[in-house]
Amino acid sequence: MNNQNVLSVRNLSIEYKADRGQVHAVTDVSFNIRKGEFFGLAGESGCGKSTVAFSIMQLLKGAASIPKGEIVFNGKNILMFKPEELRLFRWEKTSMVLQSAMNNLNPVVTIQSQLADAILAHEKVSKAELKVRLKELVAMVNINENRLSSYPHELSGGMRQRVVIAMALALKPDLIIFDEPTTALDVVVQYNIIRKITELKVKMGFSIMFITHDLPLMLEMCDRIGIMYAGKMVEVSPVVNLLNRAAHPYTRGLLKSFPSLLGEKVRLEGIPGSVPDLITPPDGCLFYERCSEKREECRRRLPEFKEIGEHWFCACHNTKPKGAMAHDRV
Amino acid sequence: MIEFKHVKKFFQLPGKMFEKKYLKAVNDVSFVIEQGTTLAVVGESGCGKTTLAKLLMGLYDLTEGEVLIDGANLSSYKTVQDKKKLRSKIQMIFQDPFGSLNPAHTIKSMIGRSITLHKSGLSPSQVTEKVIELLELVGLTPAKDFMEKHPSQLSGGQRQRIVIARALAVDPSIIVADEPTSMLDVSIGIDIMNLLLELKEKKGLTMLYITHNLASARYMADHIAVMYAGNCVEYGTIDDIIGEPYHPYTVLLLGSTPEPFRKERVDIYAPEELPDLTSTKECCMFAGRCPRAMEKCMNQQPDNIHIAGRQVKCFLYEGADKEVKSLCNISMYRRENI
Repeated sequence: MNNQNVLSVRNLSIEYKADRGQVHAVTDVSFNIRKGEFFGLAGESGCGKSTVAFSIMQLLKGAASIPKGEIVFNGKNILMFKPEELRLFRWEKTSMVLQSAMNNLNPVVTIQSQLADAILAHEKVSKAELKVRLKELVAMVNINENRLSSYPHELSGGMRQRVVIAMALALKPDLIIFDEPTTALDVVVQYNIIRKITELKVKMGFSIMFITHDLPLMLEMCDRIGIMYAGKMVEVSPVVNLLNRAAHPYTRGLLKSFPSLLGEKVRLEGIPGSVPDLITPPDGCLFYERCSEKREECRRRLPEFKEIGEHWFCACHNTKPKGAMAHDRV
Repeated sequence: MIEFKHVKKFFQLPGKMFEKKYLKAVNDVSFVIEQGTTLAVVGESGCGKTTLAKLLMGLYDLTEGEVLIDGANLSSYKTVQDKKKLRSKIQMIFQDPFGSLNPAHTIKSMIGRSITLHKSGLSPSQVTEKVIELLELVGLTPAKDFMEKHPSQLSGGQRQRIVIARALAVDPSIIVADEPTSMLDVSIGIDIMNLLLELKEKKGLTMLYITHNLASARYMADHIAVMYAGNCVEYGTIDDIIGEPYHPYTVLLLGSTPEPFRKERVDIYAPEELPDLTSTKECCMFAGRCPRAMEKCMNQQPDNIHIAGRQVKCFLYEGADKEVKSLCNISMYRRENI
């Protein structure tokens, strides 16, 4: 992995229009995804993680607006793209696998022609060449080529999910966004899919943005994880730091909410309280009400999202910026 | 105490007139849940864990075998009165707190109704008192604030607490919880698990806890039954089984569960093909995916074998020494070994 950024989201804010007013779904979110990086985006429902993903693909519609920020992909701001540029960007540069995507396949069209669709929309290829490419594609995700003429209902859930992954790979994009790709699957199937994704990433060199609420899964496979809370990015950190010394109190709370298969059985504690109303968010830190380490300052002033270590960022008044007093962070 | 003895539940499938086809949802399951303990039933979707819960609730009739609750046979609860008696003994907590509460009723009327249905002769003020007591028990305080609310005004975690309060309204001794936290956020889900643990302690409840997550099974339960394709493949104490799984399927399940603190990571290939639950062939249901499958496994159904403090349904342990160590480990699923 080198330090070149494929994607860089800067101060992104997204609002939805609701009856009561504007919902601040995403507020001032910044993060980078490096070339070849396996980046995870975690958080509980309603924290804005899927909204961020949808904004990258420019799939937000109607009630959503982006008042602030930019999404820079290989040096160009996606938000400024003209329709034709956008068409070329989608799928060719960045593709997306959605939650229970296996149910999004068209039931009356064969796997083969659905895969071909993606390719033909972007490239001019001869029939013979197309055939070869389709075979390569399904082989990449361990599906026998004679399945190409099958219809989606003839395949199992895991297989269909792999077809969708093959589809996402079809144009060799630089970034693939996975939005809860394995939530509807059993753990054994999930294991295989995740392993396949990691393997292909190494082979083809694309970057991954992986969204899930399943933190243990994410900790096992990501290089770096961003934790979102109430529309804000609270921490972006390499996995090693999260395992031993997560910086933000919310991250620590979240990590403590997962029972483990190993070690002594300890009583776990959830995070008391609930997420603040995002139509009228409070001043100061959004996690203030639920935080066990809050101070007066936290109520008054919004903590800045600052670098606290190598590729490590956190928005909490209790953490020191990088270089300040490194040994203070526990 | 709850005893499952060779329980079978087959569902008849539509087919030709003289050719009856069955789906074997639960096929020969035996285990015991001691008074005041929790048994976790773990397995993938379609393995029969929910069918098992519904059998215990008396919602399905058994095809074969018997279920004993405190010594009384479940099938002896026949009349409406009997069923009511059964319900006051066993209550269920469902997976979806958004779908299991009537949106048109207030919290008070929902919980109050459970009370009046099972206890006659209570005055309205006594019922209200009991509702308040229950709401406080499940941590919804101040209870008065919740009484007149509708489910739509509550969060998922709060709704699940209402479902639990409603289940406890009839003073049951047994609780069946079917994935009660899978629809909730993790930080909320863990509170619900803690609440159930507390209530179990406080009221001495016996619990059947259904989950697909081994880690939460470990957190909640004393014993575990691992289900695969309608069979209970391994059953024993949770520490024994998670510490040293014996059945090839348990090994696979454990190895595929994400655990960031695992020291050794083995790159495995996990065969995925699902067993055919309608097959009439006698065989071990896991044989198709098992790297240790022998010829016998393809033609015969294994029996429960009692070894090393547990019950395993696998031919590998047939005739083995009582104290034998596990014959399976995750490296048998290594890609080069398959």
